[in-house]
Amino acid sequence: MSLPAVTPPDFPPPYPQGKPNLSPGQVVRVRSGAAPGHIRTPWYLRGKTGVIERICGAFGNPEELAYNRIDGPEVPLYRVRFTMREVWGDTTERAQDTIDAEIFEHWLEAV
Amino acid sequence: MGGKDAGDIDRDEHDHAIWEKRVDALRQVASDAGYFTVDGLRRALEDMGEEAFETMTYYERWMLATCQNLMAGGAFTTEELNAKMEEVKARGATYGDAQG
Amino acid sequence: MPHDHHDHDHMSPSGHPYRADNDVPLSYWQTMEIAVRELLVEKGITTPVAVQAEIDAMDARSPADGAQVVARAWTDPDYKGRLLADGTGAMEEMGFKPDALKLVVVENTDTVHNMIVCTLCSCYPRTLLGLPPDWYKSRAYRSRAVREPRKVLSEFGVDLPDSVQVRVHDSTADMRYLVLPRRPDWTEGWSTDKLAQIVSRDSMIGVALPSTP
Repeated sequence: MSLPAVTPPDFPPPYPQGKPNLSPGQVVRVRSGAAPGHIRTPWYLRGKTGVIERICGAFGNPEELAYNRIDGPEVPLYRVRFTMREVWGDTTERAQDTIDAEIFEHWLEAV
Repeated sequence: MGGKDAGDIDRDEHDHAIWEKRVDALRQVASDAGYFTVDGLRRALEDMGEEAFETMTYYERWMLATCQNLMAGGAFTTEELNAKMEEVKARGATYGDAQG
Repeated sequence: MPHDHHDHDHMSPSGHPYRADNDVPLSYWQTMEIAVRELLVEKGITTPVAVQAEIDAMDARSPADGAQVVARAWTDPDYKGRLLADGTGAMEEMGFKPDALKLVVVENTDTVHNMIVCTLCSCYPRTLLGLPPDWYKSRAYRSRAVREPRKVLSEFGVDLPDSVQVRVHDSTADMRYLVLPRRPDWTEGWSTDKLAQIVSRDSMIGVALPSTP
């Protein structure tokens, strides 16, 4: 497991947070999953382990919004940082370069 | 899309045609009016599949996605659109003629 | 419906050549656009004025707006702090209307270089920078920026030493990103107007450094 250094911001997110179950600095794994539909968890990050960089806020679930179902609960959204080594293995340009992506809580598991 | 293709990045740039700007504007006003969300637009784009990315331009795909979402949202019927498109075509051979 | 009166031989407001416009043979998709627009007007869902207003609003936006934000951050440390904490709020402070934009500003330092991409579609801070360039929306950029960012940067003319970490941001959800480039040493004493002139769109996407004068 190759984990990135993360310095969570010292300011809160400027958007309502809802009830986040995960915290900045926490190690998380992106779930695997292959359902059809509109999913904003990129394929190249599924199954990978990273560190939460910040809580972005809580927002409507795009999987539901995609079908114009707008009344569902908002879901906490996190910026998660991954090392290039973790995502691409040995063929990466520089192991400790990183990718930050926004992942919804239901796609993350605490490690 | 991340990590797939490895082609050259074409840096050519042009401004957008007026019809493309109008596609963008229609997407915005229809979304503001509640007919669909930007997520619905993206879903419709994804449903078009890989081939559409090869054979259609960016705004052609957006036009189709906007249209599909509007129809799904009940803004107009397929028959109304069909009739209107025929009417528009009959106006003339260029965009300038047809835009009325 | 207001018509587009621009002369095809001249450059557009954005400084790029116009695409061929009203004289082209009518395409299927253009037919659809006209038809949909007219139906939406007939049904009272929108008006020609509203559609044109959207176009005018987007035409009025350009990377020069983002450059002003960057130049202010370079000269005003308190503003920079607010910008990093809440990009949307800080942009509004300067009179720019974010609409639905939720802006996260990421800062380049001597050890970190940030680069922005949307691998899933083409998310971009449009209400601050205007429309994204075609290459940003291309398959090649979207797939390669996360896979081999240094090679991509090199193709854009940016070669970074190993002592600098590349941090790629994939705009997968509600946030949109602006890179705050490093202020070059040779700009000591410059006004914000002069500073804004060296902040290119590409430097705020993270594929360029501020241009030399």
